[in-house]
Amino acid sequence: MNVKLLILLVFLPCNLIAQSFSGLGSTAEGFTNPIPNKSFNFPLDHGSHNEYRVEWWYLTANLIGEDGIPYGIQWTLFRTARSPTEGNSWLSNQIWFAHAAVTTPKEHFTTERFARGGIGQAGVNAEPFEAWIDEWSLRGENFDELTLKATGSNFSYRMSLEAKGPIVFHGDKGYSIKSSEGQASYYYSQPFFEIKGTLTLPEGTINVTGSAWLDREWSSQPLSENQSGWDWFSLSLDNGAKLMGFQLRQTDGSTFSSSSWIEPNGSLTSYGNKEFVAKPLNLHTVGEKKLPTHWRLLLKDKNVDLNVKAINPNAWMDLSIPYWEGPVEISGSHSGRGYLEMTGY
Amino acid sequence: MVLNLNSIRKSYRTNEGKVSVLNDVSLTLLGGETLALRGESGSGKSTLLHIAGALELPDEGSVEIAGKELSKMDDTGRAAVRRTDIAIVFQHFNLIPSLNVAANINFQANLSGPVDKIKLEKIVCSLGLSDQMGKYPEALSGGQQQRVAIARALVTEPKLLLADEPTGNLDEHSAQSVLEQMLTLVAETNTALMIVTHSRNVAARMDKQLQLIGGQLK
Amino acid sequence: MIVSCLFTLLSHWSRNPLQIFAYLSGVALATALWSGVQAINHEAKVSYRAAAQTLGEGQYDLIQPKQDKTISVVDYVNLRKSGWLVSPVVDGYLDNVRLLGMDPLTLPSSFLFANANLTNSISGNDFFELLVTNENTSKNFGPNVEVIIDKNVAPGIAVGDISLVQRLINKNSISYLIVNPIQPLEQTKLEEIAPHLAIINTEQMTDISQLTDSFHLNLSAFGLLSFAVGLFIVHSTIGLAFEQRRAMMRSMRSMGVSLRILIISVTTEMMILAMIGAIFGIVLGYLIAGLLLPDVAATLRGLYGANISGTLQSRPDWWLSGLIIALLGTGLAMSSQIWQITKLPILASAKPRAWMVVTTSYFTLQMKASVALLTLGSIFAILFDGLVAGFALLGALLISAAIALPAFLAWCLRKLQKSANTPLWDWFWADTRQQLPGLSLALMALLLAVSANIGVSTMVSSFRLTFISFLDQRLAPELFLQVASKDQSSELNNFLSERGIEVLPLMSVETVISKQPAELFGIKIGNTYRENWRFLDAVENPWDTVQLGKAIIVNEQFARRANLWVSDRVNISPDFTLPIAAIVGDYGNPKGQVIVNEELFSNLFPQLYPARFGIRTDNPAELESQIINQIGIDKNSIIDQKSLKAFSMEVFERTFLVTSALNVLTLGVASFAILMSLLTLADRRIPQLSPVWALGLTRSQLGKLELVRAVLLALFVVIFSIPTGLVLAWVLLNVINVKAFGWQLPMFLFPFEYLKLGLYALCAAFLAATWPSLRLIKTPPSDLLKVFASER
Repeated sequence: MNVKLLILLVFLPCNLIAQSFSGLGSTAEGFTNPIPNKSFNFPLDHGSHNEYRVEWWYLTANLIGEDGIPYGIQWTLFRTARSPTEGNSWLSNQIWFAHAAVTTPKEHFTTERFARGGIGQAGVNAEPFEAWIDEWSLRGENFDELTLKATGSNFSYRMSLEAKGPIVFHGDKGYSIKSSEGQASYYYSQPFFEIKGTLTLPEGTINVTGSAWLDREWSSQPLSENQSGWDWFSLSLDNGAKLMGFQLRQTDGSTFSSSSWIEPNGSLTSYGNKEFVAKPLNLHTVGEKKLPTHWRLLLKDKNVDLNVKAINPNAWMDLSIPYWEGPVEISGSHSGRGYLEMTGY
Repeated sequence: MVLNLNSIRKSYRTNEGKVSVLNDVSLTLLGGETLALRGESGSGKSTLLHIAGALELPDEGSVEIAGKELSKMDDTGRAAVRRTDIAIVFQHFNLIPSLNVAANINFQANLSGPVDKIKLEKIVCSLGLSDQMGKYPEALSGGQQQRVAIARALVTEPKLLLADEPTGNLDEHSAQSVLEQMLTLVAETNTALMIVTHSRNVAARMDKQLQLIGGQLK
Repeated sequence: MIVSCLFTLLSHWSRNPLQIFAYLSGVALATALWSGVQAINHEAKVSYRAAAQTLGEGQYDLIQPKQDKTISVVDYVNLRKSGWLVSPVVDGYLDNVRLLGMDPLTLPSSFLFANANLTNSISGNDFFELLVTNENTSKNFGPNVEVIIDKNVAPGIAVGDISLVQRLINKNSISYLIVNPIQPLEQTKLEEIAPHLAIINTEQMTDISQLTDSFHLNLSAFGLLSFAVGLFIVHSTIGLAFEQRRAMMRSMRSMGVSLRILIISVTTEMMILAMIGAIFGIVLGYLIAGLLLPDVAATLRGLYGANISGTLQSRPDWWLSGLIIALLGTGLAMSSQIWQITKLPILASAKPRAWMVVTTSYFTLQMKASVALLTLGSIFAILFDGLVAGFALLGALLISAAIALPAFLAWCLRKLQKSANTPLWDWFWADTRQQLPGLSLALMALLLAVSANIGVSTMVSSFRLTFISFLDQRLAPELFLQVASKDQSSELNNFLSERGIEVLPLMSVETVISKQPAELFGIKIGNTYRENWRFLDAVENPWDTVQLGKAIIVNEQFARRANLWVSDRVNISPDFTLPIAAIVGDYGNPKGQVIVNEELFSNLFPQLYPARFGIRTDNPAELESQIINQIGIDKNSIIDQKSLKAFSMEVFERTFLVTSALNVLTLGVASFAILMSLLTLADRRIPQLSPVWALGLTRSQLGKLELVRAVLLALFVVIFSIPTGLVLAWVLLNVINVKAFGWQLPMFLFPFEYLKLGLYALCAAFLAATWPSLRLIKTPPSDLLKVFASER
């Protein structure tokens, strides 16, 4: 599968590859746009929203093996539409693709899949919940108890997940603003999953346990033209609180940030631009790219001053759409673990 | 001194063994001086002429042409000396058959530098070749061919003109006229001339006469 | 200075237009056939590559439905959901174009359809509505098919999204699945997900380019042969041009042109001329290739099923290769002359050598070289296996024959001179001997051409005889037909056995046997097989043991590739071996075949039924219409023996059409070489002939003698080339064919054919000598007299 072909096929407006699309149209013809004050309807909203251009089910997990080694896994299913309808069989307008990765302190395994909708090769059903592409799947009788599966040519994993807290809504009750011009998406998370299962790596099979974070997001609007990429953090602190924070980097060097502070009981405080501050501390070279894999994060309102460092700085996702994604360790005002995603470098 | 040959020795290897052709030959020639070289067939006249013409190198001895010592030069250097200081007229096959008279005369001139048009005109005229310039060698008589060869040789204003039986192929009358014209031109241009000939008559017209016998000049 | 020298050197040609013509046309002819053949080969390779990129043939394992089954979308999705990374392909025809429907989302990236170049010209949603095809193929489509042009798509094929192609060819199923070479760690077995599907490994597929390699090598060898013949012309004209300009070069050097400058000038001159000749040659080659390509395309399609474009495209790389080979050839031809210039003293005789000094010792040297070369070639062929070694032997054979030729001719002439009983003939033979060196290159060229003709025509004719009798054996049944389903198969069987008609059902499957891709056949052994088939080698009563299921029959290709012969045991399946009862000749088929009896085949492949039948009948036309009407078999699925034979013969003839065209061309080039040699020699002949003329022979007598001489020399060449040609044929049949096609052929002799070829060669020599002779007859006496008045 070729990147350019994919781009042409899908006009993928996904933030992940914002840098590739700065020239593409910034209006979303025929697609529905997110509006504030949506009342979410579950379990239906766990399923796919074909009337929106782009959507994803994004799961990351920080794991500890029996051997005491920290691991990270990623499982992401993306949907992108050529037009806001499904289309019949092979004529489907829905394109699905998925990324899976396992990160160890020394290695980083990745793979990807592509499929079109309409034939059953990939899709998401709301109830019972099932998100799948090929033999990969994330499914369960309901959204709180899920099983997870992915396989590559040199790794695989099987996990079971159990939610220990409520779903939380970012931004304004799930309406998350992505630029000062007002581009927005629907965005909610389940950050309270407990996860356990087995990793199969070239060295062998390892039993692991840990915590997982599932992001759900959908929109029809691409990033604004002057945004070149983002740095996204989902952190689980050892005191039980969670922090989601991202900054969108703009071509003029400034940033647009947004963040959510989630108490252990699930109550969420949302912060607008500039409240959450992320400062790169150190650049690391992966291949031809230089990326900050070591950060200082500040959220003054909660007295947060964190030192966030990649467990494996070489967690480059060398796929059709390349980016950096991997587990991080937290020290400073709080300790804990989490995931970092960096695009547009 | 235009030509200075000093203790020249030259021998050839044949099936019968080594044959010495020139054995300690010395010779000098001044500008405007004419010299006849006589000798029997195989006496080494032509070899001496070729050595004087920088066409061959002696086994021993030095050759100096217009002050240039040849033994220190490579083929390219000697070719340059041939181009600028020497002109040679052979008994026959002097001309390039595929070039017409004008092109033949111009060829050597072109090699050595820009042609003096007036001088060329004068030489051509005095050799009576004015009407022949467009013709090809094959259409010319023997005498005319040799005149063209002389014109070609002299147009570059050489310091030394070497002629190997230039009239040997011609009937008595044309031989006489070609020789006269050549001598006149040589005198006018102050060129040194060395002519190899069988003919006593031709030899008698030169300032000096030398004979090669047994590889030595007498 | 170089310019001035160059101008002077070039002036030679303007005075000798014939020489420049000979030189330019020599280079042109040499280059033409070579680059023509290269163009064809190149075009074919581009087509194969395009096919590989478009179809992925031979590069990926495929999943195909078993007999009578199909692949549905559900099957595809089930496979994907079980961890099989496969990509669907729908294959069909529209407007005579093969349509491939593919899914760019799952296609391996080496496919053209998954490639970025393609996508650059595609924008947005239109993609799903467009077929991608090359310009030529696009002309087949009507106005309601939208097409974008991409020259990299293989000829005769259009590729589109699977949704579009399914709609265009009105087909809902998937034809086959491409298996991605990289598969996930965990995967359910294919039999558990889709027992009706089977995986075909790449090693089971016949690789087109491997099969066709030998064919292209054949063409290249011919190109090289013509190049060699052309080089003979170049060599002799260059030799002449150098010799005639000896005086010129002496003059130039005595006037002060250094050796270096002279060599640079001469080389530049020759190379410029060679370049001009080469450009003519390449254009000519392009035309030749354009003429031959449709036949080559037909051959490759008929013989190997390989699809190559029937139209030629001008490509910079073979322009370049044509130029380079022409310059190299010229460099080779002139190197000895250049070497001579550097070696000779400036004043070495300026007289053009009217006679080449050729001594007996020179001929002896050539003889020795010839023997050495032949020995070397044979050693090479014995030590090394393979087609290249075969061609090396062939080359050594031809070249050693060529260099032995002058010695042979000199010997003949010496004998003839000794037996001459009049002064005239004594002079004639002596004169001919003296001419020999000047003519020998042209005569060698003639030898090469005639020997190649004899060799190749022997091979082709032997092949034809063998092939015809092979067709008679193999195509004994009067009707052949193919059924579409299992029901039809049994229905037909019942229909025929009710009427007591002998039927030969044929079951086949492509599989791997003894590590060789092979077709396994299950046949019903009856009288037709027993009476008609002839074996190359067999045990006693081979059919009986095969009928009992205790042995198999294999074709020669299989036997050679697997190196298994009669009585050797063959692994039919991993735990089952049978001995070979017989080896059967199988011509015109690139694949290995293994034949077992019906029952054994059914045990091995219980799900397969006979889909092909041979039927014995006295009235094929009537039976054919009965079958069509009563069983409903499509008319296109039935072919009668006569048509099948005609078709097979047509494939055969086309295969060798190119070869014979190239043969004719080489003969033409050789006679041109003779003409040029004679013409260029003619001027030198005058001084040699004048004394004879003065002694009382008329010019017309002399002219006739010249003609006789040319024809006689050609006759000797023909005599010499017959054994050479036959050895060549032997090598072709027993070495090259075996390596290239996997079959050995019996050699037949065709004396009448050789006689005809000999006559052609004599005619060619006669025609070539006519013009120079006429010129001699018309030479004014004054020119002859000039010799005596000459200043030489």
